[in-house]
Amino acid sequence: MANFVMPKLGADMNMGRLLSWSKNIGDRIERGEIIAEVHTDKADIEIESFISGVIEKYLIEPGEEVPIGTVIAIIRKDGEVTTTNETPVEIAAAPTVAPDLSKRETMTETVRLHISPVAKKLAAELGIDPTQVKGTGPGGRITREDIENAAKTKTEKPAPDRQTGMRQIIAAAMARAKREIPHYYLRTTIDLKRALDWLAQENEKRSVADRLLYGVLLIKAVAMALREVPELNATWENEQVNPKPSINVGIAISLRQGGLIAPALLDADKKSLDELMQKFRDMVQRARAGRSRSSELSDATITITNLGEQGVEEVFGIIYPPQVALVGFGKIVERPWAVNGMLGVRPIITATLSADHRVSDGHRGGLFLSALDRLLQEPENL
Amino acid sequence: MTYREAIRAAMRNALQHDPRVFLMGEDVDQYGGAFAVSRGLREEFGAERVRDTPLSESAFVGAGIGAALGGMRPIVEVMTVNFSLLALDQIVNNAATLRHMSGGQFSIPLVVRMATGGGRQLAAQHSHSWEGWYAHVPGIKVLTPATVQDAYGMVLAALADPDPVFIFEHATLYPMEGEFDDSSGAADISKAVIRRVGGDVSLITYGGSLGKCLQAAEALAKEDIAAEVIDLRILRPLDIQTILASIRKTHRAVIVDEAWRTGSFAAEISAQIMEQAFDELDAPVARVCSAEVPMPYAKHLEDAALPQVAAIVNTVQGMM
Amino acid sequence: MTPEKTKEVELQATVLRLLGDIAPEADLTSLNPVLSIRDQLDIDSMDFLNFVIALDKELHIAVPETDYTKIATLDGCVAYCLQRLEHV
Repeated sequence: MANFVMPKLGADMNMGRLLSWSKNIGDRIERGEIIAEVHTDKADIEIESFISGVIEKYLIEPGEEVPIGTVIAIIRKDGEVTTTNETPVEIAAAPTVAPDLSKRETMTETVRLHISPVAKKLAAELGIDPTQVKGTGPGGRITREDIENAAKTKTEKPAPDRQTGMRQIIAAAMARAKREIPHYYLRTTIDLKRALDWLAQENEKRSVADRLLYGVLLIKAVAMALREVPELNATWENEQVNPKPSINVGIAISLRQGGLIAPALLDADKKSLDELMQKFRDMVQRARAGRSRSSELSDATITITNLGEQGVEEVFGIIYPPQVALVGFGKIVERPWAVNGMLGVRPIITATLSADHRVSDGHRGGLFLSALDRLLQEPENL
Repeated sequence: MTYREAIRAAMRNALQHDPRVFLMGEDVDQYGGAFAVSRGLREEFGAERVRDTPLSESAFVGAGIGAALGGMRPIVEVMTVNFSLLALDQIVNNAATLRHMSGGQFSIPLVVRMATGGGRQLAAQHSHSWEGWYAHVPGIKVLTPATVQDAYGMVLAALADPDPVFIFEHATLYPMEGEFDDSSGAADISKAVIRRVGGDVSLITYGGSLGKCLQAAEALAKEDIAAEVIDLRILRPLDIQTILASIRKTHRAVIVDEAWRTGSFAAEISAQIMEQAFDELDAPVARVCSAEVPMPYAKHLEDAALPQVAAIVNTVQGMM
Repeated sequence: MTPEKTKEVELQATVLRLLGDIAPEADLTSLNPVLSIRDQLDIDSMDFLNFVIALDKELHIAVPETDYTKIATLDGCVAYCLQRLEHV
């Protein structure tokens, strides 16, 4: 038996509310399949199972909010038979804190909602978060009418709570970063002529749907450069550095209604440009639809922010804890550029590195940026 | 026609058409019954078929069981529900069990009628509502006519039933005038009936409390609360489906029952709603029952002890 | 309306619908037809690529990257599509 726990889907997540189970009890689930949808302050996230087996039992119901690390489901692993006195193995979709069961009792106590059964059922059907609804029934009970009214308001103006929640999350993460992380900043300008020429040629050969964006070249180059300077691909937790074996590049995606989210392209260094492009497109679309996956949101080992779209030339970003580095790209601008004693006009991009001085030093950061430059000069090898 | 006259008409009809039918009980012949239900029947059908009995409920209910076993169709009138306790052994141990214990060889087509309920200043020994206790017992049917039409039709339906049927007549209903169709014959004794349609709350009641619920619904309508009033009609077997269908519409339920609430039939209905319609509820099930005291004699105290229209209205308001 | 005008009106409606799919939150009624679509709707290169893919799917017009500047405004985009459709 394996315990499936509420995953930690971001450094600042303490609680998660189950929105729905994707499988029925007794159903088979494969590793990587979606098991549940969970609501956090930042987004509704599809949680993937990290084990294959059969769903034995669900321990919480849709609508319930529990602390991270709480066991929420039990999965019978392949080859196991149903027994009762086995010690379950802890599994999780993400790094978790140890479940503190005594704490769970008190925490569920405090979040216990005063809501009528039919209102609870209706809220689940209509996708209303009952904790955001003010009860008007006797003793402040949330009634069916309250949920119906909330549903009406919800359709009138799109989710203001999500906005506020996301703002709070960003505020907490960024304040923590600036409070705790001794940032150092490096900047370099990179000639993108070769990269863009190669891309234009490449895209000419391709159908519209298979075209690459230059952003994908940047992502791949960052991932490859990290292989050379692996200490930037890590997290800082419990006063020590944890190097990460895979390079999962988080991409800051701005949401049109405000706020941002940074889902990760997993193993970006090992993926081809085509694979990366396809994942990237899919991920942006889902992120903007509020449908990111648990592994994408929890597993980033570094973040890229590309503000070039907005027309700025440089960005000195704030690291997203517990990561230890952030790479920023500005706008591609045409500038006079000297090569081999000749002056020409070249498309130039400014790459910046914000890095955690507890983990790396400027010298190593500099090596990373120069590796990035070198890699972008050989786009055909990316 | 009154409720009392409707029962009499049904019994007269049965006495006329079925020679196996006879009525017995305390004071049913010359006196015409404690509530004058059988007045005139002795003159019409003679002392053979309208028989006075000694003051021994156990004896004459037992005699009724014996007569039914022997092929007759007895109607036994027990003066009031409190006296029926003296016949409990005959009812619970014999009437309710013999079909089962004989492997279906014996049936007991017995009808027992009695007055029930309070509200007439008859104090603690004559104001009980024990129909909920009887509804506890498998093997018998428990009818609680609340309208003139049901008073007539349920007597005929009871006589047509092959098993013991108990009819509880709320004593305050006897003088009630009401619509009556004497061509209607036996009533359906399987279904509860919605007496008033509404979408906001279900008032679940029977017998003597039906009128109070209809009045309460009228008062609530003035405040834009649409109460649905369910007349259970039969306590055993209970038509839970009608109750559940109503709750799926209103999402709130109030049970109004003159019996005490502890261990009551109102508690049973409440439990079945929890078991079968929990997810439909928008508020806890509420009960309006009698105060848990022996029924007072003084008028103002008795009024305070019984469920009243104002209490029903207040309870509903408190749920919204 | 001339057949050409009808065609143009239809095309504009199609282009607006495709943009609406990509930027569902945007108010398309206030879109200025001679100013940059990307600036007005705050859409990035990924959204824009999705728009180009949608044009290809819906109208079978594959816009080469070198023509991206021609479809930067609503009017420009409609005119470009009209022209491309005529020369099929």
